[in-house]
Amino acid sequence: MSSVFDIKRKKLAFMRALRRNSSVRVKSSDDADNIFITCPECKEIHAKNDLAENYYVCPTCGFHYKLGAYERIALLADEGSFREVNGKMTTVDVLEFPDYSKEVKLARKASGLNEAYVYGTCNINSYPAVVGVLDSKFIMGSMGSVVGEKVTLSIELASKYDLPLIIFSASGGARMHEGTVSLMQMAKTSAALKRFSDHGGLYISYMTNPTTGGVTASFAMLGDIHLAEPNALIGFAGPRVIEQTIGRTLPEGFQRSEFLLEHGYIDQIVKREDMRNTIAQILMLHERGQR
Amino acid sequence: MAAELTAYDRVQLARHPKRPKAMDYIEALFTDLFIQRGDRLFGEDASILTGVALYKGRPVTVIGQCKGRDVDENVRFNFGMPQPEGYRKVERAALQAEKFNRPVICFIDTPGAYPGMEAEERGQGEAIARCMYTFSGLKVPVISVVIGEGGSGGALALGVANAVMMLENSIYAVLSPEGFASILWRDSSRNSEACDVMKLTARDLYELGVIDKVIREPEGGAQNNPAQTIRAVDIEIGRKLSSLMQKSGSVLAEERYQKFRKIGNPK
Ligand SMILES: [Zn+2]
Repeated sequence: MSSVFDIKRKKLAFMRALRRNSSVRVKSSDDADNIFITCPECKEIHAKNDLAENYYVCPTCGFHYKLGAYERIALLADEGSFREVNGKMTTVDVLEFPDYSKEVKLARKASGLNEAYVYGTCNINSYPAVVGVLDSKFIMGSMGSVVGEKVTLSIELASKYDLPLIIFSASGGARMHEGTVSLMQMAKTSAALKRFSDHGGLYISYMTNPTTGGVTASFAMLGDIHLAEPNALIGFAGPRVIEQTIGRTLPEGFQRSEFLLEHGYIDQIVKREDMRNTIAQILMLHERGQR
Repeated sequence: MAAELTAYDRVQLARHPKRPKAMDYIEALFTDLFIQRGDRLFGEDASILTGVALYKGRPVTVIGQCKGRDVDENVRFNFGMPQPEGYRKVERAALQAEKFNRPVICFIDTPGAYPGMEAEERGQGEAIARCMYTFSGLKVPVISVVIGEGGSGGALALGVANAVMMLENSIYAVLSPEGFASILWRDSSRNSEACDVMKLTARDLYELGVIDKVIREPEGGAQNNPAQTIRAVDIEIGRKLSSLMQKSGSVLAEERYQKFRKIGNPK
């Protein structure tokens, strides 16, 4: 592992090299933080622009950076094809929970989102689909009543128009501030998926880092097909809770995508650069089979 | 009547060691119990009992989350925390109930699904999700009674029912008040405060439209008069079951679906 000084030295060297080779002007170290990013995994420094062109994956070690809902959709959908549905639905403080409204206001400001789940219709390599994405920037992508409602509405939309459904999960689980009402969203979404499945609908659950708690124990684990990004944390109980329960530290790689694949809960681990083609392939294979 | 109990008081009562357990209800309310064990996939989980028995002379599938009545039982039942096998056994029992057109009666009492390494390896999340998924479509009556602790997804797996009832001093929560305080405030000692804001009591959840019925307990709690508590539960199950038995399978599934579809609808 590199020390802080190492990182600083590397960053400076990188900036000098960049100054020589490009039109980007780096004046202060503030600028540097806006232009560069240090990979949390391998500590290499990359220009943010390069990262964007590489699907927000570290070119050195393959670390998958967290993607926002709209960034994800931009990488997946045919250009200009995404039509968001119910984008203005906002959080309801069902329990009148202390400071919840304040926290929601901050989350909206920080994330630029109205709630943690974004969904709509789009084309993927010309195949129409309903796509929903959880965004961990909004209160950890947690599921309260609005997320539960929107996930259910997205399932119902796919059912109504006989479209395949793809849901990307990234969530800390149920939203604490809505208590048992949050918990019940697990039942609501699972029941909606049962209906969708009985109707013959195709559901691809795509798990990204992290997918835990009530989201894992409901719609994330009920797909016809389960995909996951590399090295994503996926589990029911959080690693810290497990460690407290068993009284020792967990082995490397526990509850990561590769671990779930090995134990039979994931069909394939898909690198982000292959996401679009993999989904398009699955849609193609299922379209041919449809009545 | 004594002073109104706080949410914290009720949490203590819900966990009271002398509180009647699932086995107490099952022994008192059913006859000819035939226990079914194992999930046919990996193993047997004693923390959930499943079986077929007669209830007022009619065959039903009975499912109960077991807490121990002594140390030995507690160890055998893993302190009421089921493994994935337990939930897969529940799903198996529910599908068989549908096949043989039997009502399903569930007793919920768990601090939560077991958060262990093996549970994760064997898909605790998937097992719980699959339970709710299957229960949502069952074409037979399903009645669930929270008799003690309704801890998180581990409880809800047995809670997708036509009628969800709670004993007055039982609780039903997204996680334990201690866990809640430590996650949200990073201070597990604030659990009494957590009890207040979580709205986890039967009365609160009835007002929120999450459950259908609050069953009164004897003065001071169920442990003061288990026989009276069990009788009160019996009356409510009997009443609800007779009305559900009048309905067709598809109506039962539709009503159950709509009941959960409506919870937390922001419109
Ligand atoms: Zn890297």
